[in-house]
Amino acid sequence: MKQFILKRLGLSVVTVFLVAVIVFFLTHILPGNVARQYLGRGATEEDLAEFRRVFGLDRSLLAQLFGWIGDLLHGDLGQSMQYRGPVSDILLPAIGYSSKLACVAFFLIVPISIAGGVIAAMNRGKKIDRAITVGGLSAAVIPEFVWAIVLVLTVGVTFQIFPVSAFPDEDNRSILNQIWYLILPSISLLLVLFGYIARITRAGVIEALESDYMRTAVLKGMTRRKAVSKHVLRNALLPTIAVIASQIPYLIGGLIAVEIVFNYPGFGTILKGAVDARDYSVLQSGVIVSSLVIVVFQLIADILFAVLNPRIRQKVTE
Amino acid sequence: MSEKKISALTAMSNKERRTIRRERMQLVVRNKTFLVGCSILGFWLILAVFGNFIAPRGASDQDFEFVSVGPSLKFWFGTDANGQDVLSRVILGTRLIVVMAFSATAIGTVVGTAIGLAAGYFKGTFDMITMRLIEAISAIPVLIIALLAIAALEGRSPTLTVIVIGFVFTPNIGRTVRAAVLGEAELEYVAAARLRTERTPHILFREILPNVLPPIIVEFTVRLGYAIFAIATLSFLGAGVEYGSPNWGTQIAENWGNIYSNIWWPTAFPALAIASLAVSVNLISDSLLEVFEL
Repeated sequence: MKQFILKRLGLSVVTVFLVAVIVFFLTHILPGNVARQYLGRGATEEDLAEFRRVFGLDRSLLAQLFGWIGDLLHGDLGQSMQYRGPVSDILLPAIGYSSKLACVAFFLIVPISIAGGVIAAMNRGKKIDRAITVGGLSAAVIPEFVWAIVLVLTVGVTFQIFPVSAFPDEDNRSILNQIWYLILPSISLLLVLFGYIARITRAGVIEALESDYMRTAVLKGMTRRKAVSKHVLRNALLPTIAVIASQIPYLIGGLIAVEIVFNYPGFGTILKGAVDARDYSVLQSGVIVSSLVIVVFQLIADILFAVLNPRIRQKVTE
Repeated sequence: MSEKKISALTAMSNKERRTIRRERMQLVVRNKTFLVGCSILGFWLILAVFGNFIAPRGASDQDFEFVSVGPSLKFWFGTDANGQDVLSRVILGTRLIVVMAFSATAIGTVVGTAIGLAAGYFKGTFDMITMRLIEAISAIPVLIIALLAIAALEGRSPTLTVIVIGFVFTPNIGRTVRAAVLGEAELEYVAAARLRTERTPHILFREILPNVLPPIIVEFTVRLGYAIFAIATLSFLGAGVEYGSPNWGTQIAENWGNIYSNIWWPTAFPALAIASLAVSVNLISDSLLEVFEL
C-alpha cells in the first residue's frame, strides 16, 4: 500500500511539473510577445525593455522557466502585471470564495447524483430510468452559464425565490445565509455534473444487482431494499468515486462562467479579469493552482479507490 | 474489451465483421433517440448553410423605433437594446458555432487518433511519454487552458480558438483510441499482417483503424458536444470570437444584464439555441453508445 501511494505521488509530481512546462511555453513560445501584448501597440521600445526587466522577461527562456518553477516551489506566485502586487494577494482570497461555492456545490451534487443513479438502476428500463439517464446527460451538455442565466431568469427574477447574486449584503453574512446565496449557483453546476455521476452510479448498481453475492443475499432471506443498502451500494460506489474525481476539472472550469453570472468575487472572476487585462502572471499561477487542486483530488480518489478495492493495488501504473 | 469478446472477434472473418457493421447501422437508424437528435441537428445545419436566405433581416440591421420590444408578429423573437432583430441574429449566428465546433472536433479526432494508434501499437517509452503528457493536459480544465492560450495569442480569431480546442481534445481521443488499439494489437490479423511484412503505416491505418472506428465515432460525437459547450462559453466570456459577429455566446453576453428588467427575449432565444444544438448532438452520441454497447 505504501509503495502504491508513493508511486502515485511520484506520478502526480511529474504531472504538475509537466503542466507548469506546458503553461510556460503556451505563454512564452507562441508568437505572442508578452510585453507587447500587455502594454499594447503604442508602447515605446524603452517601455518594453523596462517591462521585460521588471518581470524578468529579458532572461533566456530556460532561465525564466526554472526561475519561475523555483519560485513556485517556494510558494511565490510572482507579481501581478495588472495590480503590481503579489499574485497570491489577489488569488488566495478569490480561491477562498470559490472553495466555499465549490463546497456547497459538492455537498449538493454528490448525494443528489448518487441518489439519481440508484433510483435509475432500481427502475431499470422504466420511464424514470430514461428520464434520469437521457435527461441527466442532456442537461450536462448545456453550458453552466446558460443554466445560470435560465435559473436567474426563472426562480430569481420571475418567481423571486432565490437571490440573484451569490453574495449577501454586509449586514447579514451568517454562514446559513451565505450558503443560501450559493444554492442557485450550485444548482447550475449540479445540472452539468449530475448526468455523468448518476450514469456511473447506475452502471455500478446494475452490475452489483446482477452479481452472485446479491443473489445469495436475497436467497438467504434479505429483502431487496436491505440487500441493496448493505451490499450493493458499497460496491457500486467505487467507480462513482473515480468519476467524481474526474469531474473536478469540469467543476473548476464551470466556476468561471457561474461566478461571472452571479457576480461572485471568486477564482473564476479573477481569471476572467486577468484574461481581459492580459495579466499573464495571474493567469499562469491560476492555471497551476487549478491543476494542483485537480491532481490532488485525483490522488485522493486513487488512494481511496485502492483502500476500498485491494485488487486495484496490484496494477498500479495502468 | 473482455477476453471472451476478443477471442470471439478473432474467430470472425472479415465478412462476418461486415455483417455486424451493417446490422449495427440498421439498429442506429431505427433508434428513436438517434432520429430525434439528427432532426434537431439537421435543422441547425440547414440554418448554418442557408441562414443568409432565411433570416428576415441582416445581422447588423438596426431599427431604432423598435428597441427592446418583446416578441410580436413583426419581430418573432423581439428586438435587443440595439434595435436588432433577435430572430435574425440567432439564425445568422448558427454558422459560426457549427463550423467552429465541427472543425475543432475534427482536428482533435484526427490528431488524437494518430497519437492513440501509435501509443497503443508501439507501447514502450513512446507510450509512456505520451500518456504522461496526456495526463498533464487533462489536469488543466479545458476552459482555463483555452482562455490562457487565447489570451497569449491575442485571440479574437475563430481559427485560433478552433486550433486550441482541437489541441485540448487530443488527449481524450488519444486515450480512447489507445485503449481500443491495445486490445486489437494482440489479435491474430495484426500478427498475420506483420508476417506478411506489411509496412507499419499500413498495419496502423488499413488493418487496425477500421476495427477501432466505433469508439472513435462515439468519441467524435461526445467531443462535438463539448466543443459546442466550450465555444459557447468562451464567446460568452468574450474570448475566441470577433466582436460584433452574430454569435450566440456573445449575444447572451451582451444582453443578459437586461433580464433583471424582465427583457428576457434577447437572452432566452440564443440560450435555447445553444441548448438545443448541444442536446441534439448528445442524443446522437447517446444512441450510438447504446447501439455499439461501448
